Amino acid sequence: MNTQHIHTPNKTSRHNWILRALQQTLPVILGYMPVGFAYGVLAQKSGLSSANTMLMSLLVFAGSAQLIAVGLFAAGAGVASIILTTFVVNLRHLLMSAALAQYLRSWTRWQQAIFAFQLTDETFALHSNRFSRGETGKAETLAINMIAQISWLGGSFLGLCAGSLITDVKPIGLDYALPAMFMVLLVWQLTSGLRWFTAILAGLFSVGLALAGFSQMNVILATVLAASFGLGVETWINSRSS
Amino acid sequence: MDQFTVFVIIAGMMAVTYGPRLLPIAALSSRSLSPWLIKWLNLIPASVLAALLLPSLVLGEQGLNLHPDNVYLWAALPTFVVAKWGKSFVGAIVAGMAVVALTRYFL
Repeated sequence: MNTQHIHTPNKTSRHNWILRALQQTLPVILGYMPVGFAYGVLAQKSGLSSANTMLMSLLVFAGSAQLIAVGLFAAGAGVASIILTTFVVNLRHLLMSAALAQYLRSWTRWQQAIFAFQLTDETFALHSNRFSRGETGKAETLAINMIAQISWLGGSFLGLCAGSLITDVKPIGLDYALPAMFMVLLVWQLTSGLRWFTAILAGLFSVGLALAGFSQMNVILATVLAASFGLGVETWINSRSS
Repeated sequence: MDQFTVFVIIAGMMAVTYGPRLLPIAALSSRSLSPWLIKWLNLIPASVLAALLLPSLVLGEQGLNLHPDNVYLWAALPTFVVAKWGKSFVGAIVAGMAVVALTRYFL
């Protein structure tokens, strides 16, 4: 469907990246709005001022960590424990950042710094697929991140305004937008038997670790274990066949 | 807790979140990596996505839920099929959401 910009260079290609960014970010918007809304409502209930509620969405921009932090605020947790928990919950981004680094070689320090600030599970999911297809346009990439954070801020703001008036998002299946997006982007990553093997392993490890009580570290631990296992299996197969 | 302390905590949260997001990009993008590391890093997206996805499908509030009333599991099927063979991004997501909504409506 994106073939027309080849024939009509000037007028459409100038705006195409915005449209493409919007189209790709749509599921993130659908997912972030209700979750951001829930965060806004809970932040208010936990005693955060409106300014601090919005500042957290602006400066931290990490869905699950913000919800967990708000719960800790409500429970009267201390400064160190909230910051430490946030660190542990968000440490998984280390791996995502490492995986994308190879595609950002031509970017300036500043551009990398801006990109990294808005690296979330969801934007990573989009970019890891785009980049591996060779779609590394800076404008489109940064636009996707901006749109994602704006929808997160928008959701937070609406939750802040609505206060205790929680609307149920379940009847229209909105709560499934992000799991469905992860599913699609995962399916597109499964281009070889090795990747299938690694992904199944990662999923099982992640569930197992969560059930065993590692509910904050399960994603990063499962990812490191599964990718290392996958690499080991590949090396073993190659050494046998050569 | 006064709002200034809250702000200090938010600033701390920002520091510990932004660090891991920026460090690998800043450190790795300017040097050549061993083929091993690149192979390993190329397995990360599929691993991360699976590690994020599977718990959200099978873990409920009371732990593992593989019961037929788990609508997230059912909805995974059409999402998978449309993603794999339909190649449509929004189509696959809408299919999943529709199954979730319809199952809740009729059951």
